[in-house]
Amino acid sequence: MPNPSQPQLLIIGVGNPFRGDDAAGLLAVRRLKSAGLISAKIVEHSGEGASLMEAWKGARAVILIDAVSSGGRPGTIYRLEPASKPVPAEIFQGSTHAFSIPQAIEMSRALNELPRQVIIFGIEGRNFQAGTELSAEVNETLPELVRRVLEEAASLQTTGRIGE
Amino acid sequence: MKSRTIKVDYLARVEGEGALFVKIRGDKVEDVKLKIFEPPRFFEAFLRGRRYSEAPDITARICGICPIAYQMSAVHAMEDAFGIKVEGPLRDLRRLIYCGEWIESHVLHIYMLHAPDFLGVPDAIHLAREHPQIVQRGLQLKKAGNEIVTLLGGREIHPINVRVGGFYRVPTRSELAPLLERLKWARDAAIETVRWVARFPFPEFEPDYTFVSLRHPGEYPFNEGRLVSNRGLDISVREYDDHFTEEHVEHSNALHSVLKPRTPYFVGPLARYNLNFDRLSPVAQEEARAAGLADGCLNPFQSIIVRSVETVQACDEAVRLIERYERPAEPSVPVHPQAARGYACTEAPRGTLYHRYRIDESGTIREAKIVPPTSQNQKTIEQDLWQFIPQHLEESHDKLRWQCEQAIRNYDPCISCATHFLKLDLDRE
Repeated sequence: MPNPSQPQLLIIGVGNPFRGDDAAGLLAVRRLKSAGLISAKIVEHSGEGASLMEAWKGARAVILIDAVSSGGRPGTIYRLEPASKPVPAEIFQGSTHAFSIPQAIEMSRALNELPRQVIIFGIEGRNFQAGTELSAEVNETLPELVRRVLEEAASLQTTGRIGE
Repeated sequence: MKSRTIKVDYLARVEGEGALFVKIRGDKVEDVKLKIFEPPRFFEAFLRGRRYSEAPDITARICGICPIAYQMSAVHAMEDAFGIKVEGPLRDLRRLIYCGEWIESHVLHIYMLHAPDFLGVPDAIHLAREHPQIVQRGLQLKKAGNEIVTLLGGREIHPINVRVGGFYRVPTRSELAPLLERLKWARDAAIETVRWVARFPFPEFEPDYTFVSLRHPGEYPFNEGRLVSNRGLDISVREYDDHFTEEHVEHSNALHSVLKPRTPYFVGPLARYNLNFDRLSPVAQEEARAAGLADGCLNPFQSIIVRSVETVQACDEAVRLIERYERPAEPSVPVHPQAARGYACTEAPRGTLYHRYRIDESGTIREAKIVPPTSQNQKTIEQDLWQFIPQHLEESHDKLRWQCEQAIRNYDPCISCATHFLKLDLDRE
């Protein structure tokens, strides 16, 4: 059920600022916020699954941004649409949480609480060790990631995919 | 001689990633290594040269599940250094926010991570499909804890309202009032949770543990007390380093904590429960007795019951704290930094969390030491596996592997507190 107190579009950046490239999701949403270009609710999140479920409950559309670790080239951007198929849990092992994005999506689905539109942007990280430095690859790709999220948000809003 | 190999590359449902290596030859366990690659040394180094006032918010980032525990140990250590005592409603608010974190963390572990072990389902998603109303109860109960942390912590994720000396802002009575009904519901839901998990089937396993936790003259321990054990230890937190030490372990970059000279010990819900049963509220005691734990609990698989009892305790305590709350005139007491050392232990959901700082006369941190509960439990987890595996060698390969994972999960090991990217390998030869 859509929740009237929820915005049409929710953008969630997930990460930990002290875990190297795991900060990418947070940094991306900070850039979105400071750009001030879109009318969406933008939040930073640690990625703990149960509170993620609470955060997106009742939202029409959600864009999630998180660092991933799938063995691909660092800086690669992935776009996943979990509406049709499960999110591969293993690529989110960058998360420090046992109950994180993939589990939260599947549990929301099991409880019929998954928003109609969920788009996940993943960015391949190189380094998830404790520290505050982004890898060069992730740092260089951040502007592109932000541009892709803006495009997605605009498309969700103009094509009416968010609407009734 | 029969020989088998089990390999677990990834330990599910443990916070962070773990690495476990077990070597079995015939009917003998030859080696058990729980590997931790990275203790919170980065944070200890990162804190050096920072203001004393930054420690709560920096250390809160060590764990996304228990940021309040890190904040509480940090502020109490600083207040110990500067000779500050936080009392009355400010002290109550600290207990209240800790109640919120216990509820969140315990309920997450009980419902999402631990219960599937006992119900024969692979994970909580299957549980949600088969028993959606039970999982919804867990989610709502966890949310009640979230609401406390969000209200007092200033925001849901990475709370920022806790400071040395108190809070940046304190709520009015009317801001807290809506929580009261939620928490009364939560207390009932927690009682239902105790009754639910008490019926699970538990393997028989009762090692002879050394339990360590805080003990307070009148309260179930959160922020204050003496460190005690079931073997006669009774010390002030300032004496921690005289009695506990960290040993470097060859197979792990982490340090294993021991009670000097070399005794493994157990922190967390089971330790608190066994050492502080008389400090539980009447309703929590009653539920614990009805669940069959009147004489204590030595079986780590039953820690799920104890976590549920502690959730009742946290909800009940939160109700009491809100009912008696009067907003203090000031949100914090004055802080005057001085050159000193400060020490604190508080009871994180997973067990005792030790912080020690050396501060210079300008209020700059010169040295920081953090010992998370999972570091302290590691040696005991290994010991459990040494004892548990030989009793279950007749089990199939997959079942034994799963039971080993379960034995580790009993501790709700927040491996991300002790490390990150801990890869858990269970090898059986």
